[in-house]
Amino acid sequence: MTLSEAIPTTTYRVIKIDGKDLVRIMEMGITPHSELQVIRKAPLGYPIEIKIRGYLLSLRKEECEAIEVELI
Amino acid sequence: MSHSTDLLTKPSTIALVGNPNTGKSTIFNALTGLRQKIANYPGITVERKMGTTIINGILHKVIDLPGAYSLNHKKADERITYETLIGSYDHEETPDLLLMVVDASNLDRNLFLASQVMDLQIPMMMILTMNDVASDRGIDVNSTRLSEQLGIPVISLNAREKDTSGRIKKALTQFGVAVPKTFLWNPTEPLREAIDSIDQQWLSPFTDLPERARPIEALRLLAEGSLDEVYYTYQEESLGRKLILELQDQLEERGENPMAAEVIQRYHFIGEATHGIVEQESREERTWTDRLDAVFTHRVAGPILFLLVLLVMFQSIFSWATPFMDMIDLLFVELGMYVGDLLPQGLLNSLIVDGVIAGLGGVVIFLPQIIFLFLFIYFLEGTGYMARAAFVMDGFMTKVGLHGRSVVPLMSGFACAIPGIMATRTIENWRDRLITIMILPFMACSARLPVYAVMIAAFIPDHRILGIFTLQGVVFFGLYLFGIVMAIGSAAVMKRIFPTGKPTPFLMELPPYKWPNWSSTIIQSFERGKIFVTEAGKIIVAISIVLWFLASFPKYEATSDQVSEVQETRTELSESTIQLNQSYAGRFGQWIEPAIEPLGFDWKIGIGLLTSFAAREVMVGTLNTIYSIEETEDQMGLIERLRTEIDPETGLPKYNLATALSLMIFFAIAMQCMSTLAIVKRETNTWKWPLTMFAYMTVLAYVMAWITYELSSKYLLI
Repeated sequence: MTLSEAIPTTTYRVIKIDGKDLVRIMEMGITPHSELQVIRKAPLGYPIEIKIRGYLLSLRKEECEAIEVELI
Repeated sequence: MSHSTDLLTKPSTIALVGNPNTGKSTIFNALTGLRQKIANYPGITVERKMGTTIINGILHKVIDLPGAYSLNHKKADERITYETLIGSYDHEETPDLLLMVVDASNLDRNLFLASQVMDLQIPMMMILTMNDVASDRGIDVNSTRLSEQLGIPVISLNAREKDTSGRIKKALTQFGVAVPKTFLWNPTEPLREAIDSIDQQWLSPFTDLPERARPIEALRLLAEGSLDEVYYTYQEESLGRKLILELQDQLEERGENPMAAEVIQRYHFIGEATHGIVEQESREERTWTDRLDAVFTHRVAGPILFLLVLLVMFQSIFSWATPFMDMIDLLFVELGMYVGDLLPQGLLNSLIVDGVIAGLGGVVIFLPQIIFLFLFIYFLEGTGYMARAAFVMDGFMTKVGLHGRSVVPLMSGFACAIPGIMATRTIENWRDRLITIMILPFMACSARLPVYAVMIAAFIPDHRILGIFTLQGVVFFGLYLFGIVMAIGSAAVMKRIFPTGKPTPFLMELPPYKWPNWSSTIIQSFERGKIFVTEAGKIIVAISIVLWFLASFPKYEATSDQVSEVQETRTELSESTIQLNQSYAGRFGQWIEPAIEPLGFDWKIGIGLLTSFAAREVMVGTLNTIYSIEETEDQMGLIERLRTEIDPETGLPKYNLATALSLMIFFAIAMQCMSTLAIVKRETNTWKWPLTMFAYMTVLAYVMAWITYELSSKYLLI
């Protein structure tokens, strides 16, 4: 599944990142095998707020679709 | 490790490097205080922050490099940081030593940039900030052991620390700086070989890059896969391109993803290096940030709270700035009168009083709004709330082609476009920022109020609608709404036209809430005021003088003939009216009359269109001068005069409801404000955008006013 299907307050493990922006996404700490928690969604569904490596980051739909995750 | 303190015995250039939201600016402000200067880097819109500081009696330069998450540059500001560090940027000095600012509460991601910077072999010291936020989360970073691991001096700063600057200077003299060991992160064999190949076969023989910068540039080229973003001079381009692609293939064959390898390996190193250095107590209790976020980013409460924050912000700016603006206005009027009396009557007197002093007054009058708005913005930014506001609003704003961070600047535009345009600096993405700037003047600013008020009072009947509203009130509200609709429509069009460039993903950090640093907030707000006065101010004063010239020349000399003629026709035209009417401005009004006739305007309004370029509200003053009316608070004289003006050809009233609507629509859209154009020039760092803005808004205003005039003359009962 991708992060766009993820549900708030659930923790996931990153499997891989696709797309042309993968370097940028990984530089922010979203690397394969890292764990992230979906905290909440913004009023219209996007962006979503996640906790990764101890900090909070928000992602729009396009980035969420590029991040493949699995439930832990 | 070989620590050196020698560098500080002679004047040197110190650069601050770090992620955004690390407290880097606070350290810069603490070190330099008011000895700082902010300007644009040539050709781009990134700001260069430079200052000086004294360490042991020696004056050093301090550069606050733009915040970056990585040296693998994706944005203009990160590019400057990278190019400055590798020493290939012509418009910035190569730093002698670095202060690497690292957020202790967010160590992994901050050390990612640090590990890249450490490969550049520049002497450095690391400063850990936000230790209080970290300890609130149960994180304790052992700075002594981190220093041993990384081979550079590391100091810990606390937000409650009184003398940040003294602490850093003392540490610099005591521990000095050290050159870190390259490739501490120990890249895998295949990656290391690829780096060496690019270095030896292309970077070293065919570019002018300094040796220490080559490995990191090799890594960047491997990830990038092309030479598209190379800004140093090079030869043998085809060789370079071929080599990069070959090495990418080789890496892939050996099981490494060329785009991802560096990032993965650096994070792996960071995980190992911080093991045992960072104590993480497992805490189940929620932090302050979690609790506040549950409210501020709530799906329902979040947007409501944001609107409340905006309301409080603008109400305060309005009630605080107005008395200062009145005071400045009075001061410059008094100054003008004083100087006017002091100097002998004549041209010089008029130039100084009506040109220079009035122009300067027109600049300084904006300062209260700019400073108050930025006090709020830097305060909210400092608390971490601004990122939440953007998070909450982004969904709505992307629907109309903008960014969550566009909301505050756009709302500021209701007070005045100038502070609003300056506030777009908080939008990271250049395209989003440009579109926000380009539509911002549609927000009905307070300078339009006097024009709307006079026109509405003169021509809109005071009917009641639905018992509680008046037609005048509805038109007033309609004009505000019209501005917003124009803004949204233009944004949608621009989103399609403007070059997308390299799309940067939307990855916005939500920094932990904290109490902002007051002195830093105040210093930065006053810096914004200073930038406006020194950079936009020059342009505004120059245009003021041009406008003064147009209204004052050619000089009217009352000959006895004309005087008697005037008296005979019994028109009560004052001398200033005649002067204005026969000046270049007056001639301009008459010259463009055929062009503005389809909008229902005559040459008198034509003059007003020119003079109101100084500031929209000048329109009212100009009309008063044209009709020789004593200016009063409620403008009743002018309103009466406009209503009774008769067209000599038809014998019908000259101005009617259609003219009024057309003029108001024109004013709602047209770029009738030189100060806005001056600040757009400053913020976009080119004349291209203010000129584009002027052209498209004028054309749009003309077309919309024409449609309004045609429709309302046909279909409205007048």
